[in-house]
Amino acid sequence: MHPALSVIFLTTLIGAGQGLFLALVTGQVYAAIRLIAPQSAEFYAGGSALALGLLVAGLGASFFHLGRPERAWRAASMWRTSWLSREVIVLPAMMAMVFLYGVFHWLGWTQPLFVIGAGGLPVDATLVFGVSGALVAFALYVCTAMIYASVKFLEEWASPYTIANFLLLGLASGFMLAAAYAAYLGTELVGFYGTWAVIFTLLALGTRSAALIRNAGLKHKSSLQTAIGVRHRVIEQRSQGFTAGSFNTREFFHHRSPRFVARLRLIFLLLVFPVPVLLIMLAYVLASPTLPVLAFAAQYVGLLAERWHFFAEARHPQNLYYQSVS
Amino acid sequence: MTQLALVIDLNVCVGCHACVTSCKQWNTSGWAGPMVDENPYGADPTGTFFNRVQTFEVGHYPATETVHFPKSCLHCEDPPCVPVCPTGASYKREDNGVVLVDYDKCIGCKYCSWACPYGVRELDAQQKVMKKCTLCIDRITDQTLPESERKPACVLACPTNARLYGDVHDPDSEVSIAIRERGGYALMPEWGTRPANHYLPRRKTYMHVSPEELQRADNPLTKEDLTVYTGEETLDDVTW
Ligand code: SF4
Ligand code: SF4
Repeated sequence: MHPALSVIFLTTLIGAGQGLFLALVTGQVYAAIRLIAPQSAEFYAGGSALALGLLVAGLGASFFHLGRPERAWRAASMWRTSWLSREVIVLPAMMAMVFLYGVFHWLGWTQPLFVIGAGGLPVDATLVFGVSGALVAFALYVCTAMIYASVKFLEEWASPYTIANFLLLGLASGFMLAAAYAAYLGTELVGFYGTWAVIFTLLALGTRSAALIRNAGLKHKSSLQTAIGVRHRVIEQRSQGFTAGSFNTREFFHHRSPRFVARLRLIFLLLVFPVPVLLIMLAYVLASPTLPVLAFAAQYVGLLAERWHFFAEARHPQNLYYQSVS
Repeated sequence: MTQLALVIDLNVCVGCHACVTSCKQWNTSGWAGPMVDENPYGADPTGTFFNRVQTFEVGHYPATETVHFPKSCLHCEDPPCVPVCPTGASYKREDNGVVLVDYDKCIGCKYCSWACPYGVRELDAQQKVMKKCTLCIDRITDQTLPESERKPACVLACPTNARLYGDVHDPDSEVSIAIRERGGYALMPEWGTRPANHYLPRRKTYMHVSPEELQRADNPLTKEDLTVYTGEETLDDVTW
């Protein structure tokens, strides 16, 4: 498939935005049950603003993917059958939750609504928005991933690994960003977020490698034989019916050499996994406020390469019909 | 229920591209707006087409065979391109089974083209909406046209009659009979899309002629020829 920049930015930006929001909520829940020190309202509000910024930027990028962005509102109508439509509904819901969560923190509307249990877990509006927003965030990961995993013709994508990867890579980058944010503000949560970021990064390394291995040995269902229905082992296309390009030769091919693809795979395997893990560990040892930012930056750039590779790797059966100009 | 479709006879298609040009001519001139061409006389022309004729070579030289292979939307009975569309722009008509795109609703997200294994949907480079074969919906449903012309443009243009058109759900239609009796098959059956369009395979027709059929063993004339004449009056002498 042709890796479109708009979709690469959309999926990586909102993945990190959702992850950052989940990190904030995780921090708040931990603080509520007194496992870590509570943070200031500004910490949550600023973090939410950052997460919302990422989600808005992702949404903005997605418009560049549409031929007719002015009609985008129509895309909410077929949610019964289309994962794309579901994402179009869940993404604004996600933004609304992040917005409410941040605003309530910022305005200090955190009086407990009720208290759970004898030990006294005070539940305020931000916790309600946080926990329900977390559910929306998970739903959004699933929607985004299912857009790809549900197209059975793209056999490289049609696997549960796709969902695991979108989820874990989003969480990894989001928690990494939370660590960077905490370090930048000089709070003591760098270790907390950094640890989770490393855990998610390592889990993602497992599922992403598994997907790469699966796809390397993938046997495609369709062949030139089934494509034109001729039973012979030797079939070669002599003409695809036109001499120059068409939508079919642009949208479904990445037009790069296998070497380029292999190199990009190496780059993302380094930048997404070992580099940020080492940087964040180093940051912990040195108590550096800037190294976690670098760790996130490296991982994000790596994720751009990862997403490019994700698209390039998928081979569409239609390509069988577009093998030779003449 | 009706399912209109094409049946394409690979045995007679000569790869002349008449269906490609007639399709483009008819559909670019219609009410739905042009099928845009870009840079048509330049080095790298590109444009929207509903129908393509491709050519494949089967086997090793000299034992090769050339297969000309026209390809357009197959109007699948279980079209995977329809449920993925977020706007409902892609739909299958209830009354005749034709799969269409509502150009006024399409947002050009290209998702449906990913969900078609046959590579027959094309995003129009200028109108930015998804386009594909409509089976000339504006011809075949136009009651003002004489019955004989209520057919897709490609079917009318084909000089070798390689394109048959009709209702594949009617067991007595020309297309159903052709599929049934001439080995009609669907493309990429492994995906379960159940294409309505079918293809008729290339066939070589052999006829076995035995020597007995060229020379009848019981030919009476041949028998008479065996007679040895010695100058006596024969049957020929008395009849003429
Ligand atoms: S051939 Fe492709 S575009 Fe046409 S109905 Fe089937 S899946 Fe849809
Ligand atoms: S490109 Fe148009 S027809 Fe295709 S899925 Fe998107 S909105 Fe639907």
